Amino acid sequence: MPQASKTRPKENKNLKIVKDATCTFCGCVCDDMELTVDLDEHRIIKAKNACVLGRAWFYEHTLEDRPVVLIDGKEATLEEGLDEAAQILVDAKFPITYGLSDCPCEAQRVAVDIMDTINGNIDTTTSVCHGPSGMAFQGVGESTATLGEIKNRADLVIYWGGNPAESHPRHFTRYAVTPKGMFIPNGKKDRTVVLIDVRKTPSTPVADIFVQVKPGKDFELLWALRALVKGKKISEDIEEQTGVSREVLDDLVQRMKNCQFGVLFMGMGLTMTRGRHFNSGAVYSLAADLNEFTHFVAKPVRGHGNVTGADNVVAWQTGYPFGVNFNRGYPRFNPGEFTTSDVLARGEADAAMIVASDPASNFAKKAIAHLEKIPVISMDVKETHTTRLSRVRFAVATYGINTGGTVYRMDDVPISLRPAFDSPFPTDQEVLEGICQRVKKMLSGKKARVAA
Amino acid sequence: MPSELKIVNGRIYDPENNIDGDVRNLCIRDGKIVDSVSKTASRINAHGMVVMPGAIDIHCHIAGPKVNLARKLMPEDHRLDVHPKTKVTRSGTGGIVPSTFATGYRYATMGYTTAMEAAVPPITARHVLEELDDTPVIDKGFYVLLGNNAFLYKLLKEGRKKEFKEAIAWWVNSVHAYTVKLVNTGSDELWKGRKNANITDVNEQIDHYNITPAHVMESFIEAAHDLGLPHPPHIHCNNLGHSGNISTTLDTMKAAQGRRVHMAHVQFHSFGGELNKNPVSGAREIIEYINDNENITADVGQVMFGQAVAMTADAPLAWMLRNVKFDKWVNADTECESGCGIIPFSYQESVYTHTLQWAMGLELFLMSKDPWRVLLSTDHPNGGSFMNYPKLIKLLMDSAYRKEALQHVNQKAIANTSLPELEREYTLNEIAIITRAGPARALGLQNKGHLGVGADADITIYTEDEDREQMFNAPRYVIKDGIPVIKDHEFVTDHKGKILHSKPGYNEDISGEIEPFFEDYYSVKFSNYAISDDYLHDHEEIPTHPKS
Repeated sequence: MPQASKTRPKENKNLKIVKDATCTFCGCVCDDMELTVDLDEHRIIKAKNACVLGRAWFYEHTLEDRPVVLIDGKEATLEEGLDEAAQILVDAKFPITYGLSDCPCEAQRVAVDIMDTINGNIDTTTSVCHGPSGMAFQGVGESTATLGEIKNRADLVIYWGGNPAESHPRHFTRYAVTPKGMFIPNGKKDRTVVLIDVRKTPSTPVADIFVQVKPGKDFELLWALRALVKGKKISEDIEEQTGVSREVLDDLVQRMKNCQFGVLFMGMGLTMTRGRHFNSGAVYSLAADLNEFTHFVAKPVRGHGNVTGADNVVAWQTGYPFGVNFNRGYPRFNPGEFTTSDVLARGEADAAMIVASDPASNFAKKAIAHLEKIPVISMDVKETHTTRLSRVRFAVATYGINTGGTVYRMDDVPISLRPAFDSPFPTDQEVLEGICQRVKKMLSGKKARVAA
Repeated sequence: MPSELKIVNGRIYDPENNIDGDVRNLCIRDGKIVDSVSKTASRINAHGMVVMPGAIDIHCHIAGPKVNLARKLMPEDHRLDVHPKTKVTRSGTGGIVPSTFATGYRYATMGYTTAMEAAVPPITARHVLEELDDTPVIDKGFYVLLGNNAFLYKLLKEGRKKEFKEAIAWWVNSVHAYTVKLVNTGSDELWKGRKNANITDVNEQIDHYNITPAHVMESFIEAAHDLGLPHPPHIHCNNLGHSGNISTTLDTMKAAQGRRVHMAHVQFHSFGGELNKNPVSGAREIIEYINDNENITADVGQVMFGQAVAMTADAPLAWMLRNVKFDKWVNADTECESGCGIIPFSYQESVYTHTLQWAMGLELFLMSKDPWRVLLSTDHPNGGSFMNYPKLIKLLMDSAYRKEALQHVNQKAIANTSLPELEREYTLNEIAIITRAGPARALGLQNKGHLGVGADADITIYTEDEDREQMFNAPRYVIKDGIPVIKDHEFVTDHKGKILHSKPGYNEDISGEIEPFFEDYYSVKFSNYAISDDYLHDHEEIPTHPKS
């Protein structure tokens, strides 16, 4: 029996160890957690190998004493909740689903099924993080690699517009900077690390080279790099425009062209600032161009634990990664038209099902104002701004802590979860399946919702 | 109560049981063909119709990470070809890489009831199984990419053949694969490690390992033979698409030394001529070797004019195409296991090489002496969509149509082939062989591809039509596992289909050898790598026949 954590000294604890569990806090999806679970207290008391964010994720997801279902703020049974949720969706003319990035693929698949059945709109948190990278991908493609290949081979690692030390702490230590790999026997000593950002951050000390770009000038800098890589002239006043001198650019270009295996990781500093998908597209194009000289890859550093799974599920079921509308009885894709923040801000949706996300805390004011006016169904492990404004709220089990299922790491590698302890709350999948069955039953006998 | 069905008075084409268009009845109970059924069985009157086993695609790319990347890459293609839902089926999008639901339904609407995904990096196999679970109607399995596997290379370098065989079996079991796939053997290390270089000869040394692609391929063929996998190694040769690659292809077939091997999309490996010059057809040399060597099966990988997408574990090939086209391009390196390249492509009648490839594929079909071993595929979506199969069947069955088609393509290319002299027309029986009985035999699927007692009741019923494209485009009935899924050309129910996989035996000690390698060079934990049976859903284990 292992020792109980020092923080909770207590004799004869009923403890369980879960080895090689997976942390779903961020897109790193580290699968080397060793969790010590107090089965009496229903909580994780130790998370070996977890970073500071992972530890908070594991320690704070305990079993809370709250009702499984609230309808209009009043406690109800699961059956009543499922009936009410299904009725709301069936009655709606423009129902939408949003979120999905913090639940397993098995649940995401059911969510798409529901929206297909009722001719709704499905969108994920991708539309407010790396959606622009998804659009850039559609335009120019991507040269990419799994994180193990970066660990094994990358001798030049560039981070642009991100601060992994605070957002993805183990990105450096487990995958891309410090680990030793097959052809990188000395770890960080064998790599050159470059960080490009608008300001110094806690990530900066990791870098061998820090390049400070003027805010909003990433695209100009990326395009200048592309020109230099191709041996073309660039504007004399590039330093004035971007804050980066010609000498620094020339040095960077030489390093990129001469490395053995280069990688460029991009953060939301590129996708959610001026330029958006143009910035992502410039990154992908730069990486593609560099393959004329060496081997070079690029990769968005994804945020939520299974946002990559959401992209994959929605894409394999509909052909498009996010922002999909089934109103005509088949999927259509149009970011700006079918992305949730826009659909809400224009006041179009008349019912919303929010799964594992909190748009009421981070969407534009107009979108939130509309969300407050329409019936909302929510599923979350915690109380949030969104659950508080919901007509039907389901408290659900936490994925990866109480449930199994599949998640996709930021590099599209799928991993199965190992639950640590049971929860009395239903899983997202169970709630969604309950709603799906009811919706199908209510619509059966009626004419299928197919476009006229 | 058992579910029973009787199909009466159909003209039956069942080459495995030597039935060539005889009018007979077929009895079905609980998803299987049986001798007789009770009088209460429901009936389908197939008078005047052609009845065949459900068709089997032995080589296609329909599920998994590369397929999904291609889906995400081409919204412009999906929007032109929507796939509306019906009362019983899900919606989706079509185009050259359809969504999962559309893929299953569209295969069914052409009478296909089984399809094999041909290239899966093991670390992503979970993704493939999830997509296949969302691919309705058809049965399906996949081939696992092991031909560039770093751990297996290490074993070969150390000369540990026994452990090599055990490790292959461990991998097939761990990811629930059907057989092993080798793609441009040896190229990954050069692609990733030597600035996008490529292997050019099967006898070239692979960096760091002191082994050659020929040695790797021989070792796989021997190991698969000993393990008794239902289907032998499925090989995508080196030098795909390069002029003069026939010598590589012949060397590869010789490496089998009489053991079973499957040559994938052999049209792409039948280029004569000199490297870096325009290719000429080498189809005759390749097909003559296949005709003479019964250990070899092949699928053609026919090119069809129109939209395609190069989607391959052969990353250097996609890079070569990118440098012709400079269009959007995807490269995806998988740690220790594979490479991948994707590039949208279209084959045009006016282009010399495209026409040459189209003609070479037809030459291979028309000069094949054994339809059981030269099978129909377009390497979907590489040579064109599987939706082209009916048109391809018409090209094979109708020489007048073929001659007419010859008028509208690049004549310079045609002059470098023997296609104009080939008068052969495939019979319905031969079509049933290259699309049903042949793939089933090559795959070792004893319950598929025929209509004898005990076979899976996967059946297609066509209305006879002189226009063979029209006929094969729209079966009147499609029956899967004894259930009519399509009746009078319309879907009447949805159906799941199952996963087909094999479980070669092995000594569990091998995992103790593999684990330390994982800890050093993979980015996932060894204990999280093997895939639990939960991902199989409905499935069928196809038996192996180990030697020794």
